[in-house]
Amino acid sequence: MSVEYEISETLDVKGLSCPMPIVKTKQAIDPLSAGDVLEVISTDSGSMSDIRGWADGTGGVELLDQKEGEDGGDAVFKHYVKKTE
Amino acid sequence: MSTDTPTADGADTALAARIEALEQEIAALKAEASNDQKKMTIVATQGSFDMAYPPLILASTAAAFGWEVVVFHTFWGLDILHEKKSKNLKLSAVGNPSMPMPNALAALPGMDSMATRMMEKRIKENGTATIEELIDLSLETGVDLQACQMTIELMEYDEDDFYDGVTTGVGAATALNHMAESDVQLLV
Repeated sequence: MSVEYEISETLDVKGLSCPMPIVKTKQAIDPLSAGDVLEVISTDSGSMSDIRGWADGTGGVELLDQKEGEDGGDAVFKHYVKKTE
Repeated sequence: MSTDTPTADGADTALAARIEALEQEIAALKAEASNDQKKMTIVATQGSFDMAYPPLILASTAAAFGWEVVVFHTFWGLDILHEKKSKNLKLSAVGNPSMPMPNALAALPGMDSMATRMMEKRIKENGTATIEELIDLSLETGVDLQACQMTIELMEYDEDDFYDGVTTGVGAATALNHMAESDVQLLV
């Protein structure tokens, strides 16, 4: 899948579990400008559903993409959230 | 045109003003009805280690959604907001069907402390936030953590015992008002 967005900021929440990936994502996206894309890197498998749920239920953000990968044998979940307003 | 006797023009002006006032009122009501700002009120009544987590996790997550959040703490729920006691909440081993030990064993002295230490270790390993972190986070993100005044006095606590930013001097009527305005109401 081609990447059609530029990442403005990256948030590393590896090792943190619910609800911290969501709470930190919210805190990281607040100071960004409209159009910016935040990359969130998590090791919490629940973050796939939770980030989607948060983005769906929150105004001013749009989930562009989610990816599952691996980092040194650990599962890693990447989320790309755009600030829309 | 005389100003002291009602004329057709005067009646029109009064009517126009009345229509304008009503239109403004309708616009305000429409704005209120379409307001998608959600609100949640949780009543937290328990002060054990495991029961402190659900309200704090839901409150901080709801705040991340941009919801208005009130957590009304009463009875043992007050201990969650008590600066000293919140750092020393215990998991009860007795009568807890999820604990992998019989009650006769769980009732032995020191078992609650041991069970709590085990859970604290698991929480650290799992990257789960501590109770104190969740309280700080909730206050930072605008969650209104309230301590019931009646139970503060019943438990002989002092208002200074609680974290800075905790709302005191509130009672059941305040809690009910928040619940009535809320989209989500939970009793924990």
